[in-house]
Amino acid sequence: MRGVAIIAAYALQESLRRKVLSIVLVLTAAFLGLYGFGLYKAYATIDPFQQESIGASSVFIDARVLFSATFFGLSMFGSLFLATVLAIFLTHAVVRGDAERGLLQPLVVRPVGRPAVLAGRFAAAAIACCVYVACVYAGALLITHAVTGWWPDRILQPAVELAGAVIVLVALSLLGSVFLSAIANGIAVFMIFGAGLVAGLLGQIGEALNSDSLDTIANVSSWALPFEALYQDGLNAITADTAGFTRAALSLGPFGGAQSAGVTLAPFVIGYVAILALAALFGFRRRDL
Amino acid sequence: MAVAFSARGLAKRYGSVRALGGVDVTVEEGELVGLLGPNGAGKSTLVKIGCGLVRPSSGAAEVCGARAGSREARAAMGYLAELFRFPGWCSADELLLLHQRLASSRGGEPERSELLELVGLTDARSRRVEDMSKGMQQRLGIAQALVGTPRMLFLDEPTSALDPSGRRTVRGLLEELRRRGVAVLLNSHLLSEVELVCDRVIILHRGEVVTAGRTEELAKPRGVEVDVDGGMRHYDGVGREDVPRIVAELVAGGEKVYGVRVLTSTLEEIYLEAVEGESS
Repeated sequence: MRGVAIIAAYALQESLRRKVLSIVLVLTAAFLGLYGFGLYKAYATIDPFQQESIGASSVFIDARVLFSATFFGLSMFGSLFLATVLAIFLTHAVVRGDAERGLLQPLVVRPVGRPAVLAGRFAAAAIACCVYVACVYAGALLITHAVTGWWPDRILQPAVELAGAVIVLVALSLLGSVFLSAIANGIAVFMIFGAGLVAGLLGQIGEALNSDSLDTIANVSSWALPFEALYQDGLNAITADTAGFTRAALSLGPFGGAQSAGVTLAPFVIGYVAILALAALFGFRRRDL
Repeated sequence: MAVAFSARGLAKRYGSVRALGGVDVTVEEGELVGLLGPNGAGKSTLVKIGCGLVRPSSGAAEVCGARAGSREARAAMGYLAELFRFPGWCSADELLLLHQRLASSRGGEPERSELLELVGLTDARSRRVEDMSKGMQQRLGIAQALVGTPRMLFLDEPTSALDPSGRRTVRGLLEELRRRGVAVLLNSHLLSEVELVCDRVIILHRGEVVTAGRTEELAKPRGVEVDVDGGMRHYDGVGREDVPRIVAELVAGGEKVYGVRVLTSTLEEIYLEAVEGESS
Protein backbone atom coordinates (compact mmCIF):
# COMPACT_ATOMS: atom_id res chain seq x y z
CA MET A 1 0.00 0.00 0.00
CA ARG A 2 2.92 2.32 0.67
CA GLY A 3 4.05 2.02 -2.93
CA VAL A 4 0.52 2.78 -4.18
CA ALA A 5 0.37 5.91 -2.02
CA ILE A 6 3.79 7.10 -3.27
CA ILE A 7 2.82 6.67 -6.92
CA ALA A 8 -0.62 8.24 -6.38
CA ALA A 9 0.95 11.26 -4.66
CA TYR A 10 3.48 11.54 -7.50
CA ALA A 11 0.72 11.41 -10.14
CA LEU A 12 -1.37 14.03 -8.33
CA GLN A 13 1.68 16.23 -7.90
CA GLU A 14 2.35 15.87 -11.62
CA SER A 15 -1.20 17.01 -12.42
CA LEU A 16 -0.82 20.04 -10.18
CA ARG A 17 2.65 20.99 -11.36
CA ARG A 18 1.77 20.61 -15.01
CA LYS A 19 -1.20 22.91 -14.35
CA VAL A 20 -3.60 20.27 -15.67
CA LEU A 21 -5.96 20.75 -12.75
CA SER A 22 -5.61 24.56 -12.80
CA ILE A 23 -6.57 24.73 -16.48
CA VAL A 24 -9.44 22.32 -15.91
CA LEU A 25 -10.68 24.40 -12.97
CA VAL A 26 -10.57 27.65 -14.96
CA LEU A 27 -12.45 26.10 -17.88
CA THR A 28 -14.95 24.48 -15.53
CA ALA A 29 -15.59 27.82 -13.85
CA ALA A 30 -16.31 29.18 -17.33
CA PHE A 31 -18.67 26.26 -17.99
CA LEU A 32 -20.55 26.83 -14.72
CA GLY A 33 -20.69 30.57 -15.38
CA LEU A 34 -22.21 30.03 -18.81
CA TYR A 35 -24.56 27.41 -17.39
CA GLY A 36 -25.77 29.85 -14.74
CA PHE A 37 -26.15 32.66 -17.25
CA GLY A 38 -28.07 30.47 -19.70
CA LEU A 39 -30.26 29.09 -16.93
CA TYR A 40 -31.07 32.56 -15.62
CA LYS A 41 -31.93 33.92 -19.05
CA ALA A 42 -34.02 30.90 -20.01
CA TYR A 43 -35.85 30.81 -16.67
CA ALA A 44 -36.88 34.43 -17.16
CA THR A 45 -38.78 33.40 -20.29
CA ILE A 46 -41.06 30.80 -18.66
CA ASP A 47 -44.04 30.99 -16.33
CA PRO A 48 -43.30 28.59 -13.45
CA PHE A 49 -47.03 28.12 -12.73
CA GLN A 50 -48.10 27.63 -16.32
CA GLN A 51 -51.10 25.33 -17.01
CA GLU A 52 -50.83 23.11 -20.07
CA SER A 53 -53.81 21.89 -22.12
CA ILE A 54 -53.85 18.35 -23.41
CA GLY A 55 -56.84 17.78 -25.65
CA ALA A 56 -59.95 19.32 -24.16
CA SER A 57 -58.86 19.11 -20.56
CA SER A 58 -56.53 21.40 -18.70
CA VAL A 59 -53.78 19.61 -16.71
CA PHE A 60 -51.15 20.89 -14.37
CA ILE A 61 -47.51 20.48 -15.35
CA ASP A 62 -45.03 21.95 -12.92
CA ALA A 63 -43.05 24.04 -15.39
CA ARG A 64 -40.47 24.95 -12.75
CA VAL A 65 -39.66 21.26 -12.09
CA LEU A 66 -39.74 20.45 -15.79
CA PHE A 67 -37.41 23.32 -16.60
CA SER A 68 -35.03 22.81 -13.65
CA ALA A 69 -34.75 19.03 -14.01
CA THR A 70 -34.12 19.35 -17.73
CA PHE A 71 -31.41 21.94 -17.25
CA PHE A 72 -29.89 20.06 -14.33
CA GLY A 73 -29.85 16.90 -16.46
CA LEU A 74 -27.93 18.91 -19.04
CA SER A 75 -25.43 19.98 -16.39
CA MET A 76 -25.02 16.34 -15.31
CA PHE A 77 -24.25 15.40 -18.89
CA GLY A 78 -21.75 18.28 -19.03
CA SER A 79 -20.16 17.16 -15.74
CA LEU A 80 -19.77 13.60 -16.97
CA PHE A 81 -18.38 14.73 -20.30
CA LEU A 82 -15.80 17.05 -18.72
CA ALA A 83 -14.82 14.45 -16.13
CA THR A 84 -14.42 11.90 -18.94
CA VAL A 85 -12.05 14.24 -20.76
CA LEU A 86 -10.06 14.66 -17.54
CA ALA A 87 -10.06 10.89 -16.87
CA ILE A 88 -8.80 10.12 -20.37
CA PHE A 89 -6.05 12.72 -20.28
CA LEU A 90 -4.85 11.53 -16.89
CA THR A 91 -4.70 7.86 -17.86
CA HIS A 92 -4.47 7.32 -21.61
CA ALA A 93 -0.66 7.06 -21.64
CA VAL A 94 0.01 5.50 -18.24
CA VAL A 95 1.57 2.24 -19.44
CA ARG A 96 2.43 2.01 -23.13
CA GLY A 97 2.62 5.74 -23.75
CA ASP A 98 4.92 6.35 -20.77
CA ALA A 99 6.98 3.26 -21.62
CA GLU A 100 7.49 4.51 -25.18
CA ARG A 101 8.67 7.85 -23.82
CA GLY A 102 10.99 6.18 -21.29
CA LEU A 103 9.16 7.58 -18.26
CA LEU A 104 7.88 4.28 -16.91
CA GLN A 105 11.01 2.10 -16.77
CA PRO A 106 12.81 4.00 -13.98
CA LEU A 107 9.70 3.58 -11.80
CA VAL A 108 8.87 -0.08 -12.37
CA VAL A 109 12.41 -1.33 -11.71
CA ARG A 110 12.06 -0.06 -8.16
CA PRO A 111 10.96 -2.54 -5.47
CA VAL A 112 7.37 -1.17 -5.43
CA GLY A 113 6.82 -2.97 -8.74
CA ARG A 114 4.23 -2.90 -11.46
CA PRO A 115 1.02 -3.55 -9.49
CA ALA A 116 1.73 -0.58 -7.23
CA VAL A 117 2.49 1.67 -10.21
CA LEU A 118 -0.79 0.73 -11.87
CA ALA A 119 -2.85 0.94 -8.68
CA GLY A 120 -1.26 4.26 -7.76
CA ARG A 121 -2.03 5.80 -11.13
CA PHE A 122 -5.60 4.45 -10.93
CA ALA A 123 -6.07 5.86 -7.43
CA ALA A 124 -4.72 9.29 -8.41
CA ALA A 125 -6.90 9.55 -11.52
CA ALA A 126 -9.98 8.26 -9.67
CA ILE A 127 -9.48 10.72 -6.79
CA ALA A 128 -8.89 13.68 -9.12
CA CYS A 129 -11.89 12.83 -11.32
CA CYS A 130 -14.26 12.08 -8.44
CA VAL A 131 -13.39 15.31 -6.63
CA TYR A 132 -13.77 17.14 -9.91
CA VAL A 133 -17.16 15.66 -10.81
CA ALA A 134 -18.41 16.24 -7.27
CA CYS A 135 -17.38 19.90 -7.43
CA VAL A 136 -18.99 20.50 -10.84
CA TYR A 137 -22.14 18.67 -9.71
CA ALA A 138 -22.32 20.73 -6.51
CA GLY A 139 -21.70 23.94 -8.44
CA ALA A 140 -24.46 23.19 -10.96
CA LEU A 141 -26.80 22.13 -8.14
CA LEU A 142 -26.32 25.38 -6.22
CA ILE A 143 -26.63 27.50 -9.35
CA THR A 144 -29.84 25.72 -10.35
CA HIS A 145 -31.31 26.17 -6.88
CA ALA A 146 -30.25 29.82 -6.73
CA VAL A 147 -31.97 30.56 -10.05
CA THR A 148 -35.11 28.37 -9.85
CA GLY A 149 -35.42 27.45 -6.17
CA TRP A 150 -35.63 23.77 -7.14
CA TRP A 151 -33.84 20.88 -5.48
CA PRO A 152 -33.61 17.45 -7.11
CA ASP A 153 -35.51 14.61 -5.42
CA ARG A 154 -32.18 12.88 -4.63
CA ILE A 155 -29.10 14.98 -4.12
CA LEU A 156 -26.30 12.63 -3.08
CA GLN A 157 -27.14 9.58 -5.17
CA PRO A 158 -26.63 11.22 -8.61
CA ALA A 159 -23.28 12.67 -7.50
CA VAL A 160 -22.09 9.27 -6.29
CA GLU A 161 -23.25 7.64 -9.51
CA LEU A 162 -21.53 10.23 -11.67
CA ALA A 163 -18.34 9.60 -9.69
CA GLY A 164 -18.84 5.86 -10.20
CA ALA A 165 -19.28 6.40 -13.94
CA VAL A 166 -15.99 8.28 -14.09
CA ILE A 167 -14.22 5.53 -12.14
CA VAL A 168 -15.43 3.01 -14.73
CA LEU A 169 -14.00 5.23 -17.48
CA VAL A 170 -10.70 5.59 -15.61
CA ALA A 171 -10.47 1.79 -15.34
CA LEU A 172 -11.31 1.37 -19.05
CA SER A 173 -8.69 3.92 -20.04
CA LEU A 174 -6.05 2.33 -17.80
CA LEU A 175 -6.75 -1.08 -19.29
CA GLY A 176 -6.50 0.39 -22.78
CA SER A 177 -3.19 2.06 -21.90
CA VAL A 178 -1.63 -1.37 -21.31
CA PHE A 179 -2.30 -2.52 -24.86
CA LEU A 180 -2.74 0.60 -27.00
CA SER A 181 -0.57 3.57 -27.82
CA ALA A 182 -1.57 6.81 -26.10
CA ILE A 183 -3.41 8.32 -29.07
CA ALA A 184 -5.18 5.09 -30.01
CA ASN A 185 -6.28 4.57 -26.42
CA GLY A 186 -7.58 8.14 -26.05
CA ILE A 187 -9.61 7.80 -29.24
CA ALA A 188 -10.87 4.33 -28.26
CA VAL A 189 -12.11 5.44 -24.83
CA PHE A 190 -13.80 8.52 -26.30
CA MET A 191 -15.54 6.31 -28.85
CA ILE A 192 -16.64 3.90 -26.12
CA PHE A 193 -17.97 6.86 -24.15
CA GLY A 194 -19.83 8.06 -27.24
CA ALA A 195 -21.23 4.59 -27.88
CA GLY A 196 -22.55 4.49 -24.31
CA LEU A 197 -24.25 7.85 -24.71
CA VAL A 198 -25.84 6.83 -28.00
CA ALA A 199 -27.12 3.65 -26.35
CA GLY A 200 -28.62 5.75 -23.55
CA LEU A 201 -30.33 8.02 -26.07
CA LEU A 202 -31.69 4.98 -27.87
CA GLY A 203 -33.14 3.79 -24.58
CA GLN A 204 -34.82 7.15 -24.00
CA ILE A 205 -36.24 7.11 -27.52
CA GLY A 206 -37.38 3.52 -26.95
CA GLU A 207 -39.10 4.59 -23.74
CA ALA A 208 -40.89 7.44 -25.51
CA LEU A 209 -41.91 5.21 -28.44
CA ASN A 210 -42.62 2.21 -26.23
CA SER A 211 -40.23 0.14 -28.34
CA ASP A 212 -39.08 -3.10 -26.69
CA SER A 213 -36.26 -3.60 -29.22
CA LEU A 214 -34.70 -0.22 -28.49
CA ASP A 215 -35.14 -0.80 -24.77
CA THR A 216 -33.33 -4.14 -25.02
CA ILE A 217 -30.46 -2.63 -27.03
CA ALA A 218 -30.14 0.19 -24.51
CA ASN A 219 -30.25 -2.20 -21.55
CA VAL A 220 -27.59 -4.53 -22.91
CA SER A 221 -25.39 -1.57 -23.83
CA SER A 222 -25.83 -0.01 -20.41
CA TRP A 223 -24.71 -3.19 -18.66
CA ALA A 224 -21.83 -3.68 -21.07
CA LEU A 225 -20.76 -0.07 -20.50
CA PRO A 226 -22.01 0.58 -16.97
CA PHE A 227 -20.88 4.20 -16.85
CA GLU A 228 -23.97 4.84 -18.97
CA ALA A 229 -26.19 2.83 -16.60
CA LEU A 230 -24.83 4.86 -13.68
CA TYR A 231 -25.45 8.13 -15.51
CA GLN A 232 -28.99 7.08 -16.44
CA ASP A 233 -29.68 5.94 -12.88
CA GLY A 234 -28.43 9.27 -11.54
CA LEU A 235 -30.53 11.14 -14.07
CA ASN A 236 -33.54 9.13 -13.03
CA ALA A 237 -32.86 9.87 -9.35
CA ILE A 238 -33.13 13.64 -9.68
CA THR A 239 -36.87 13.29 -10.41
CA ALA A 240 -37.43 9.96 -8.61
CA ASP A 241 -40.40 11.29 -6.62
CA THR A 242 -41.90 13.40 -9.42
CA ALA A 243 -45.18 12.01 -10.66
CA GLY A 244 -48.19 12.82 -12.81
CA PHE A 245 -48.15 14.89 -15.97
CA THR A 246 -44.90 16.60 -14.97
CA ARG A 247 -43.23 13.20 -14.93
CA ALA A 248 -44.76 12.33 -18.29
CA ALA A 249 -43.58 15.62 -19.77
CA LEU A 250 -40.09 15.06 -18.35
CA SER A 251 -39.84 11.64 -19.96
CA LEU A 252 -40.41 13.25 -23.37
CA GLY A 253 -37.48 15.66 -22.91
CA PRO A 254 -33.84 15.09 -23.88
CA PHE A 255 -32.89 14.15 -20.32
CA GLY A 256 -36.11 12.37 -19.38
CA GLY A 257 -36.95 8.74 -19.83
CA ALA A 258 -33.92 7.62 -17.86
CA GLN A 259 -34.44 4.29 -16.16
CA SER A 260 -33.56 3.18 -12.67
CA ALA A 261 -31.02 0.37 -12.88
CA GLY A 262 -32.02 -1.24 -9.61
CA VAL A 263 -30.01 -2.44 -6.66
CA THR A 264 -27.82 -4.81 -8.68
CA LEU A 265 -26.04 -1.94 -10.42
CA ALA A 266 -23.63 -1.09 -7.58
CA PRO A 267 -22.27 -4.63 -7.08
CA PHE A 268 -22.14 -5.10 -10.85
CA VAL A 269 -20.05 -1.94 -11.26
CA ILE A 270 -17.69 -2.99 -8.45
CA GLY A 271 -17.20 -6.37 -10.11
CA TYR A 272 -16.82 -4.75 -13.54
CA VAL A 273 -14.09 -2.38 -12.32
CA ALA A 274 -12.36 -5.25 -10.48
CA ILE A 275 -12.28 -7.34 -13.67
CA LEU A 276 -10.91 -4.39 -15.66
CA ALA A 277 -8.26 -3.84 -12.99
CA LEU A 278 -7.26 -7.50 -12.95
CA ALA A 279 -7.08 -7.61 -16.74
CA ALA A 280 -4.90 -4.48 -16.74
CA LEU A 281 -2.65 -5.95 -14.07
CA PHE A 282 -2.35 -9.26 -15.91
CA GLY A 283 -1.53 -7.50 -19.20
CA PHE A 284 0.93 -5.13 -17.53
CA ARG A 285 2.76 -7.97 -15.76
CA ARG A 286 3.31 -9.79 -19.03
CA ARG A 287 4.27 -6.72 -21.00
CA ASP A 288 7.89 -6.31 -22.08
CA LEU A 289 9.07 -2.76 -21.47
CA MET B 1 33.69 -13.50 -4.91
CA ALA B 2 29.90 -13.59 -4.72
CA VAL B 3 27.95 -13.39 -7.95
CA ALA B 4 26.01 -10.16 -8.41
CA PHE B 5 24.40 -11.04 -11.73
CA SER B 6 24.17 -14.31 -13.57
CA ALA B 7 22.36 -15.45 -16.69
CA ARG B 8 22.17 -19.07 -17.72
CA GLY B 9 20.94 -20.15 -21.13
CA LEU B 10 19.08 -16.87 -21.44
CA ALA B 11 17.04 -16.65 -24.62
CA LYS B 12 14.52 -14.11 -25.84
CA ARG B 13 12.40 -13.96 -28.95
CA TYR B 14 10.26 -11.01 -30.05
CA GLY B 15 7.87 -12.80 -32.36
CA SER B 16 10.01 -14.25 -35.14
CA VAL B 17 13.05 -12.17 -34.17
CA ARG B 18 15.64 -13.84 -31.95
CA ALA B 19 17.17 -11.22 -29.66
CA LEU B 20 19.09 -13.61 -27.40
CA GLY B 21 19.91 -17.20 -28.15
CA GLY B 22 20.99 -18.88 -24.91
CA VAL B 23 23.44 -16.52 -23.25
CA ASP B 24 25.58 -17.32 -20.19
CA VAL B 25 26.92 -14.28 -18.35
CA THR B 26 28.29 -13.72 -14.87
CA VAL B 27 29.21 -10.49 -13.09
CA GLU B 28 30.87 -10.78 -9.70
CA GLU B 29 30.53 -8.33 -6.86
CA GLY B 30 32.79 -5.34 -7.30
CA GLU B 31 33.44 -6.24 -10.92
CA LEU B 32 33.00 -3.81 -13.79
CA VAL B 33 32.02 -5.63 -16.95
CA GLY B 34 31.64 -4.00 -20.35
CA LEU B 35 28.91 -5.30 -22.63
CA LEU B 36 29.75 -4.69 -26.26
CA GLY B 37 28.20 -5.54 -29.57
CA PRO B 38 26.72 -4.01 -32.70
CA ASN B 39 23.19 -2.61 -32.81
CA GLY B 40 20.65 -5.39 -32.47
CA ALA B 41 23.13 -7.75 -30.81
CA GLY B 42 20.85 -8.21 -27.79
CA LYS B 43 22.73 -6.05 -25.28
CA SER B 44 19.77 -3.96 -24.15
CA THR B 45 17.55 -7.05 -24.04
CA LEU B 46 20.05 -8.76 -21.72
CA VAL B 47 20.15 -5.68 -19.46
CA LYS B 48 16.35 -5.38 -19.48
CA ILE B 49 15.93 -9.02 -18.50
CA GLY B 50 18.33 -8.40 -15.62
CA CYS B 51 16.15 -5.47 -14.49
CA GLY B 52 12.89 -7.40 -14.86
CA LEU B 53 11.61 -5.17 -17.67
CA VAL B 54 11.60 -8.00 -20.21
CA ARG B 55 10.63 -11.61 -19.60
CA PRO B 56 13.02 -14.21 -21.00
CA SER B 57 11.65 -16.82 -23.40
CA SER B 58 13.83 -19.42 -21.69
CA GLY B 59 16.74 -19.61 -19.29
CA ALA B 60 17.16 -17.86 -15.97
CA ALA B 61 18.73 -14.69 -14.63
CA GLU B 62 19.53 -13.78 -11.05
CA VAL B 63 20.51 -10.55 -9.35
CA CYS B 64 22.32 -10.97 -6.04
CA GLY B 65 20.86 -14.47 -5.65
CA ALA B 66 17.25 -13.49 -6.36
CA ARG B 67 15.30 -14.17 -9.54
CA ALA B 68 15.65 -11.20 -11.91
CA GLY B 69 12.49 -9.11 -11.73
CA SER B 70 11.56 -10.24 -8.22
CA ARG B 71 11.14 -7.65 -5.48
CA GLU B 72 14.39 -8.79 -3.82
CA ALA B 73 16.30 -8.46 -7.08
CA ARG B 74 14.84 -5.01 -7.74
CA ALA B 75 15.79 -3.91 -4.24
CA ALA B 76 19.42 -4.91 -4.89
CA MET B 77 19.90 -3.17 -8.24
CA GLY B 78 20.01 0.19 -9.92
CA TYR B 79 19.29 0.88 -13.56
CA LEU B 80 19.79 3.61 -16.10
CA ALA B 81 17.94 2.96 -19.35
CA GLU B 82 19.35 3.80 -22.75
CA LEU B 83 16.24 5.80 -23.63
CA PHE B 84 14.96 7.32 -20.45
CA ARG B 85 13.08 10.44 -19.56
CA PHE B 86 12.28 12.05 -16.25
CA PRO B 87 9.24 14.27 -15.67
CA GLY B 88 10.20 17.76 -16.75
CA TRP B 89 8.42 19.44 -13.84
CA CYS B 90 10.56 17.66 -11.23
CA SER B 91 13.69 19.22 -9.79
CA ALA B 92 16.81 17.07 -9.41
CA ASP B 93 16.25 16.90 -5.66
CA GLU B 94 12.57 15.97 -6.01
CA LEU B 95 13.40 13.22 -8.48
CA LEU B 96 15.95 11.67 -6.15
CA LEU B 97 13.49 12.01 -3.25
CA LEU B 98 10.84 10.14 -5.27
CA HIS B 99 13.29 7.33 -6.01
CA GLN B 100 14.39 7.22 -2.39
CA ARG B 101 10.77 6.63 -1.43
CA LEU B 102 10.27 4.01 -4.13
CA ALA B 103 13.45 2.23 -3.09
CA SER B 104 12.65 2.59 0.65
CA SER B 105 16.02 4.26 1.06
CA ARG B 106 16.71 5.80 4.45
CA GLY B 107 19.57 7.89 3.10
CA GLY B 108 17.55 11.08 3.32
CA GLU B 109 19.01 14.43 2.40
CA PRO B 110 22.67 13.37 2.94
CA GLU B 111 22.31 10.61 0.34
CA ARG B 112 20.78 13.02 -2.18
CA SER B 113 23.54 15.56 -1.62
CA GLU B 114 26.23 12.91 -1.96
CA LEU B 115 24.75 11.55 -5.19
CA LEU B 116 24.38 15.00 -6.72
CA GLU B 117 27.98 15.76 -5.79
CA LEU B 118 29.15 12.45 -7.26
CA VAL B 119 27.68 13.34 -10.65
CA GLY B 120 28.62 17.01 -10.46
CA LEU B 121 25.10 18.39 -10.12
CA THR B 122 25.28 20.02 -6.69
CA ASP B 123 24.56 23.45 -8.18
CA ALA B 124 21.58 22.09 -10.14
CA ARG B 125 19.81 20.64 -7.12
CA SER B 126 16.73 22.83 -7.51
CA ARG B 127 16.79 23.02 -11.28
CA ARG B 128 13.90 21.39 -13.08
CA VAL B 129 14.65 18.50 -15.40
CA GLU B 130 13.16 20.36 -18.38
CA ASP B 131 15.70 23.15 -17.83
CA MET B 132 18.66 20.75 -17.87
CA SER B 133 20.84 19.84 -20.84
CA LYS B 134 20.76 16.26 -22.10
CA GLY B 135 24.14 15.64 -20.50
CA MET B 136 22.92 16.91 -17.12
CA GLN B 137 19.86 14.69 -17.38
CA GLN B 138 22.09 11.73 -18.10
CA ARG B 139 24.20 12.46 -15.03
CA LEU B 140 21.01 12.84 -13.00
CA GLY B 141 19.97 9.45 -14.39
CA ILE B 142 23.16 7.91 -13.04
CA ALA B 143 22.52 9.51 -9.64
CA GLN B 144 18.97 8.13 -9.73
CA ALA B 145 20.30 4.65 -10.47
CA LEU B 146 22.52 4.86 -7.40
CA VAL B 147 19.69 5.69 -4.98
CA GLY B 148 19.39 3.08 -2.25
CA THR B 149 23.03 1.93 -2.57
CA PRO B 150 22.50 -0.86 -5.11
CA ARG B 151 24.85 -3.86 -5.17
CA MET B 152 24.35 -4.40 -8.89
CA LEU B 153 24.17 -1.56 -11.37
CA PHE B 154 22.92 -1.90 -14.95
CA LEU B 155 23.99 1.04 -17.09
CA ASP B 156 22.71 1.12 -20.66
CA GLU B 157 24.75 3.64 -22.68
CA PRO B 158 25.30 5.99 -19.72
CA THR B 159 27.74 8.29 -21.50
CA SER B 160 26.08 8.61 -24.90
CA ALA B 161 25.01 12.23 -24.36
CA LEU B 162 28.01 13.36 -22.33
CA ASP B 163 30.84 15.63 -23.40
CA PRO B 164 34.45 14.53 -22.73
CA SER B 165 34.42 16.17 -19.31
CA GLY B 166 31.16 14.46 -18.39
CA ARG B 167 32.56 11.11 -19.55
CA ARG B 168 35.59 11.62 -17.37
CA THR B 169 33.29 12.31 -14.40
CA VAL B 170 31.43 9.06 -15.09
CA ARG B 171 34.69 7.13 -15.44
CA GLY B 172 35.79 8.42 -12.05
CA LEU B 173 32.39 7.50 -10.66
CA LEU B 174 32.61 3.95 -12.01
CA GLU B 175 36.05 3.52 -10.45
CA GLU B 176 34.65 4.78 -7.15
CA LEU B 177 31.79 2.27 -7.40
CA ARG B 178 34.23 -0.56 -7.99
CA ARG B 179 36.16 0.57 -4.92
CA ARG B 180 32.91 0.33 -2.94
CA GLY B 181 32.27 -3.20 -4.20
CA VAL B 182 29.36 -2.38 -6.51
CA ALA B 183 29.09 -4.64 -9.56
CA VAL B 184 28.44 -2.85 -12.85
CA LEU B 185 27.28 -4.17 -16.20
CA LEU B 186 28.09 -1.36 -18.60
CA ASN B 187 26.45 -1.50 -21.99
CA SER B 188 28.31 0.87 -24.28
CA HIS B 189 29.36 1.52 -27.84
CA LEU B 190 32.30 3.59 -26.64
CA LEU B 191 35.11 1.06 -26.77
CA SER B 192 37.67 3.49 -25.39
CA GLU B 193 35.53 4.04 -22.30
CA VAL B 194 35.09 0.35 -21.75
CA GLU B 195 38.77 -0.33 -22.28
CA LEU B 196 39.70 2.32 -19.74
CA VAL B 197 37.45 1.25 -16.87
CA CYS B 198 36.21 -2.32 -17.29
CA ASP B 199 37.73 -5.40 -15.71
CA ARG B 200 36.23 -7.68 -18.32
CA VAL B 201 34.34 -7.40 -21.57
CA ILE B 202 31.58 -9.49 -23.06
CA ILE B 203 30.98 -9.15 -26.78
CA LEU B 204 27.53 -10.09 -28.03
CA HIS B 205 26.68 -10.63 -31.64
CA ARG B 206 23.33 -11.82 -33.02
CA GLY B 207 22.20 -12.81 -29.54
CA GLU B 208 25.26 -14.92 -28.72
CA VAL B 209 28.35 -14.30 -26.63
CA VAL B 210 31.15 -14.38 -29.20
CA THR B 211 34.00 -13.28 -26.95
CA ALA B 212 34.40 -12.74 -23.20
CA GLY B 213 37.31 -12.15 -20.89
CA ARG B 214 39.81 -9.63 -19.57
CA THR B 215 41.05 -7.24 -22.25
CA GLU B 216 44.69 -8.22 -21.74
CA GLU B 217 43.76 -11.91 -22.08
CA LEU B 218 41.83 -11.28 -25.27
CA ALA B 219 44.53 -9.08 -26.78
CA LYS B 220 46.72 -10.75 -29.39
CA PRO B 221 50.46 -9.95 -29.66
CA ARG B 222 51.34 -7.55 -32.45
CA GLY B 223 55.12 -7.56 -31.97
CA VAL B 224 57.59 -5.40 -30.05
CA GLU B 225 58.85 -1.88 -30.72
CA VAL B 226 62.27 -0.88 -29.44
CA ASP B 227 63.50 2.70 -29.31
CA VAL B 228 67.20 2.75 -30.24
CA ASP B 229 69.65 5.36 -31.58
CA GLY B 230 68.57 4.85 -35.14
CA GLY B 231 64.86 5.28 -34.28
CA MET B 232 62.08 2.77 -33.64
CA ARG B 233 62.81 -0.83 -34.57
CA HIS B 234 59.83 -3.16 -35.01
CA TYR B 235 59.95 -6.93 -34.34
CA ASP B 236 57.03 -8.95 -35.68
CA GLY B 237 55.88 -12.31 -34.40
CA VAL B 238 57.29 -11.85 -30.90
CA GLY B 239 55.70 -11.16 -27.51
CA ARG B 240 56.42 -9.91 -24.03
CA GLU B 241 58.44 -13.00 -23.18
CA ASP B 242 60.86 -12.21 -26.00
CA VAL B 243 61.72 -8.70 -24.75
CA PRO B 244 64.70 -9.64 -22.48
CA ARG B 245 66.30 -11.60 -25.29
CA ILE B 246 65.78 -8.83 -27.88
CA VAL B 247 67.15 -6.15 -25.53
CA ALA B 248 70.14 -8.34 -24.58
CA GLU B 249 70.96 -8.94 -28.25
CA LEU B 250 70.72 -5.23 -29.07
CA VAL B 251 72.92 -4.21 -26.13
CA ALA B 252 75.40 -6.94 -27.00
CA GLY B 253 75.47 -5.54 -30.54
CA GLY B 254 76.43 -2.10 -29.21
CA GLU B 255 72.99 -0.45 -29.48
CA LYS B 256 71.65 1.89 -26.82
CA VAL B 257 68.05 0.97 -25.85
CA TYR B 258 65.85 3.89 -24.72
CA GLY B 259 62.51 2.13 -24.48
CA VAL B 260 60.56 -0.99 -25.31
CA ARG B 261 56.83 -1.27 -26.09
CA VAL B 262 55.02 -4.56 -26.32
CA LEU B 263 52.32 -4.20 -28.97
CA THR B 264 48.96 -5.94 -28.55
CA SER B 265 45.66 -5.65 -30.32
CA THR B 266 43.36 -2.88 -29.03
CA LEU B 267 39.84 -3.52 -27.79
CA GLU B 268 38.61 -2.08 -31.05
CA GLU B 269 40.57 -4.70 -32.96
CA ILE B 270 39.35 -7.46 -30.64
CA TYR B 271 35.79 -6.25 -31.11
CA LEU B 272 35.98 -5.99 -34.89
CA GLU B 273 37.66 -9.36 -35.15
CA ALA B 274 34.97 -10.95 -33.00
CA VAL B 275 32.05 -9.32 -34.75
CA GLU B 276 33.29 -9.34 -38.33
CA GLY B 277 34.80 -12.81 -37.90
CA GLU B 278 31.38 -14.03 -36.84
CA SER B 279 29.67 -12.16 -39.66
CA SER B 280 31.96 -13.62 -42.31
